[in-house]
Amino acid sequence: MINLNEVIETNDMIEKENLDVRTITLGISLLDCIDSDLDRLCGNIYRKITKMAENLVSVGEEIGREFGIPIVNKRISVTPIALVGGSACRTPEDFVKIAKTLDQAAAKVGVNFIGGYTALVSKKMTEADRNLILSIPQALSATEYICSSVNVGSTRTGLDMDAVRLMGRIVKETAVLTADRDSIGCAKLVVFCNAPDDNPFMAGAFHGVTEGDAVINVGVSGPGVVKTALDKVKGKDFSVVCETIKKTAFKITRVGQLVANEAAKRLGVPFGIIDLSLAPTPAMGDSIAEIFESLGLERAGAPGTTAALAMLNDQVKKGGVMASSYVGGLSGAFIPVSEDHGMIDAVKEGSLTLEKLEAMTCVCSVGLDMVAIPGDTKESTIAGIIADEMAIGMINQKTTAVRLIPVQGKKVGDQAEFGGLLGYAPIMPVNKFSCDDFVSRKGRIPAPIHSFKN
Amino acid sequence: MKKTIITVVGKDSVGIIARVCSYLADNGLNILDISQTIVDGFFNMMMIVDFTSAEKGFSVVSEELEELGQGIGCVIRLQREEIFDKMHRL
Repeated sequence: MINLNEVIETNDMIEKENLDVRTITLGISLLDCIDSDLDRLCGNIYRKITKMAENLVSVGEEIGREFGIPIVNKRISVTPIALVGGSACRTPEDFVKIAKTLDQAAAKVGVNFIGGYTALVSKKMTEADRNLILSIPQALSATEYICSSVNVGSTRTGLDMDAVRLMGRIVKETAVLTADRDSIGCAKLVVFCNAPDDNPFMAGAFHGVTEGDAVINVGVSGPGVVKTALDKVKGKDFSVVCETIKKTAFKITRVGQLVANEAAKRLGVPFGIIDLSLAPTPAMGDSIAEIFESLGLERAGAPGTTAALAMLNDQVKKGGVMASSYVGGLSGAFIPVSEDHGMIDAVKEGSLTLEKLEAMTCVCSVGLDMVAIPGDTKESTIAGIIADEMAIGMINQKTTAVRLIPVQGKKVGDQAEFGGLLGYAPIMPVNKFSCDDFVSRKGRIPAPIHSFKN
Repeated sequence: MKKTIITVVGKDSVGIIARVCSYLADNGLNILDISQTIVDGFFNMMMIVDFTSAEKGFSVVSEELEELGQGIGCVIRLQREEIFDKMHRL
């Protein structure tokens, strides 16, 4: 039978170390909503989402209350809208109408975000894909809950550089259209390479076409729990450190699995996956950078950071995999700058640069995440940064993502405020040299060779 | 059997256990196990109770226990056993 010490340990994790279930995400297929008439399509989408997700928020709260663990977000992901809207939408404005419908449905059921305003264009864009991408700035500025993502490459197809170049422009336009709120629209827009079909985390969640009609995916969290556990093994050798991370990840993930099973049962929707990510928040004691400090680095970004992150990420997976029947999504440590006070401090103190962050993304999920850059950064430079990050994903057969925020009217030394879980961020300097002639080339970077690994 | 864990944490004083046990008896909740300790000067108690024959719903009992706790200077939480079981047992 459970003993008092175990109960105290669990409740301390929740109360003092910020353990929570970060998100229950209900994936909904909209393929059966497709219609060539835009109004009928929007009606079908609204009806399906509001019916399927009717009880999502109340069930999430009920589970949180019964187990005594916060379930921070309840979210919805839908089939990539470029596919759903393909036959009804002729212009970017038509897609914006779908965005508004999704937003209304999200507001009606009370979720925090709805993801899937997405195009998958890893090889080439269809006319519908292009129209959806062109509509993103307007869609994100005209809605509250929509999250958008574009997959521009994969290990099997290579990189669609036409889409990369276009996304440089779209990120910039989104920043301009939401300039009054520190370009917050860009915080809801991710560019991916190798995007997973079952990611429960925003802004990149969408319900892949390989999924069933509906699915429950759960994202766990708990950097604070890992940090507290590591504080107790200061100076010990790496085997002890790794054991500690694995055991902690196991415990965290078991809670996620429990919540996922309960949610699936109560909503009558099959369980999909647990995403094993360590997701920080701006709160003290809920930071990946603090884990680095506990491991012995003065600040995130110091020499040794990439090795520490590689070890952390791998041990989280090793511990978590055994705790869950199905693991998927992004599964790894997130390193968003604005959502982690330790990362923010590291940037302010000059320890963490964009280039070091890029190196770190080679060994963890997901990529250059929530990085604020000067508002006057050129579209081509943004495209160049995206191309670099996508290349890392393509060559290393992993998911990489870019969520850059060129904060309008701000320069290096200023700070952007996004609020809530999105946090705040110092503007980071960007390499001033041009990549115009490189990114203006048309076509694709071919898929990489899968042998001769060096 | 629907096992539920009640934790009571707060400043030690006379009658904490009595008050909590009376409430449980009045509401048809059978106590299966009790353990108690003092950690850093704070009273820590855990009870395992059977919720099968509870007369009120989970959230009602949870709220009433929370109120009872406020009256005696303690934080009382009601949680289903599975969260501890899953975390600490293979």
